[in-house]
Amino acid sequence: MDLATFLIQLLNAVQYGLLLFLIAGGLTLIFGIMGIINLAHGSFYMVGAYLAWSLSMHFGSLWLAIPAGIALSVILGLLLEWLLIRRLYRLGHLQQVLLTYGLILVIEELRSIIWGDEVHSVPMPELLSASIPLTDTLSYPVYRLGISAVCVVLALLLYYLIQRTRLGMMIRAGATNREMVQSLGIDIDLLYRFVFALGVALASFAGMVAAPVSSVFPGMGNQVLIICFVVVVIGGIGSVKGALVGALLIGLVDTFGKVVELKIGGFRLLPELAGMSVYLLMAVVLLWRPAGLFGKQV
Amino acid sequence: MSRSRSLAIAAVVILVALALLPLVAEKFTVQFATRTLIMAIFAMSLNLLVGQAGLVSLGHAAFFGIAGYCLALFSPQYQAANFWTSLPLAMIAAGALAVVIGALVLRTSGVYFIMATLAFAQMFYSLLHDTGIAGGSDGMYIYVRPDASLFGWHPIDLEKFGDFYYVVLVLFLIVFGLVGVLRASLFGRVIAGIRVNEQRMRSLGFATFRYKLACFVIAGTLAGLAGYLAAAQFGVVNPDMLGWHLSGAVLMMVILGGMGTLAGPAIGAAAMLLLELGLQSLPMAADTNLAKHWQLPMGLAIVLVALYLPNGIARLLRRTAADD
Repeated sequence: MDLATFLIQLLNAVQYGLLLFLIAGGLTLIFGIMGIINLAHGSFYMVGAYLAWSLSMHFGSLWLAIPAGIALSVILGLLLEWLLIRRLYRLGHLQQVLLTYGLILVIEELRSIIWGDEVHSVPMPELLSASIPLTDTLSYPVYRLGISAVCVVLALLLYYLIQRTRLGMMIRAGATNREMVQSLGIDIDLLYRFVFALGVALASFAGMVAAPVSSVFPGMGNQVLIICFVVVVIGGIGSVKGALVGALLIGLVDTFGKVVELKIGGFRLLPELAGMSVYLLMAVVLLWRPAGLFGKQV
Repeated sequence: MSRSRSLAIAAVVILVALALLPLVAEKFTVQFATRTLIMAIFAMSLNLLVGQAGLVSLGHAAFFGIAGYCLALFSPQYQAANFWTSLPLAMIAAGALAVVIGALVLRTSGVYFIMATLAFAQMFYSLLHDTGIAGGSDGMYIYVRPDASLFGWHPIDLEKFGDFYYVVLVLFLIVFGLVGVLRASLFGRVIAGIRVNEQRMRSLGFATFRYKLACFVIAGTLAGLAGYLAAAQFGVVNPDMLGWHLSGAVLMMVILGGMGTLAGPAIGAAAMLLLELGLQSLPMAADTNLAKHWQLPMGLAIVLVALYLPNGIARLLRRTAADD
């Protein structure tokens, strides 16, 4: 592999990892703070992608579609929390798994009714549709660099929000002791609703920015959900830092697993088994540190 | 009437009805009942983990699917596999897989366990889906059902839907009895103790990890039995047999029926399959084909069960019986 190819794959890996972080970060936040395991989180990614497609058709531009899509996602998140998720706080993980599994089916069918089952593509915004030439034949699309940049900014904002603001302080306190925070006069229900909507918006946003590079198709959320579970298991549940490290690791392993050729005794392991590589990474982490890289070790 | 007496009467009635079914019912009904019994075996195996040991697995379909694939791989093309050898081998394969996955996932607990089981099942899904082994994403056909002849003697012909039904019924009853014995045994008590307080069981001197692993392997092996039978019934295997949609559906059966109860998973399997059948035969309403979107009401039903029926039908029946 020459340097240009390596650089391209590295950039791809980082971009994919950062995108995963947006989804897995929300997943781990919702679990870490609210104690909710949300299987439907991948569906919000799919909803985001479909919103990007239909709204950009409507407005004629992705630039307008994204803010409108975010607004709709936040409303969806607030509504779902109010309608269903808040009833889960007093129930066990089993009920949470079941309810959010049912929610996946509901969202998937509503998607089929509203938007149909076809595969769609979303045009890139013209401003970012250029490519940076690396060699005579290879170049790198600006749009993908843009995705990475936006994800980095969002990750920093998230860090600032949780670690440095008063709101973040209340959220962290609520994660530690719900009753205590409540008795200090803070509306914990509202706080949780906000966190859930934030998670939904992050996943949906990831779907929107990913739409032009991956296509928009039914079931795209489930694929992402399981990879995000792997990310969260590797990073440690509830740890946003862990989610970032885990997502980047998965991005690297997945991307390079698909392009590197590895043979052992005449049997081609890679790229044939690239799909399994991320799960093997998870197995190794589970053997080494069962609670993930940044989780509380038991 | 005392509760145990009414329970015994109900059991006898159900048993007689199941035994007589092929004599009175049409082919479709018998095949539907066969499928229900197979899913009941599958749900009972998961209940050992979820209800008995308190381990919420979201990857149980992996064992179901692997055993199905074993049957497909053991069957020579256009010929039948030997029932008496292929069934144990398929179950052993599922059990062996459960040893490997169990040894890894049981290092975790709680939410990690849920996510890790899901992810490992998905690993095998992607192995079968992405590589050319066993037909890739299209799967494989099993053209002929396994041959159950013994030394030239043909007591049963699995190609006949009635015979196949009775074989499945007998296996279901065996599993039902086995699970019942297991629950009452020391092993079952230890497992239940681990669910309630693992720390305490450990300090009492039980090697809790080994007990949990044994439970995981038994559950995986029995899921393999169900998967083998399902593959034999439908004559086709594909990666979706290992998929997490099936893992979720079987979890729903366990909870709908009543987790931790003996009969609950079977009741849940029957209730869920009947619901599915009912929803799939919904009529057209205005311009929408309701049957095509049957997963929407199914999803809503799952949401409602999670919120309002967390203890399942079996306990609901028991409570109603107790009120009388």
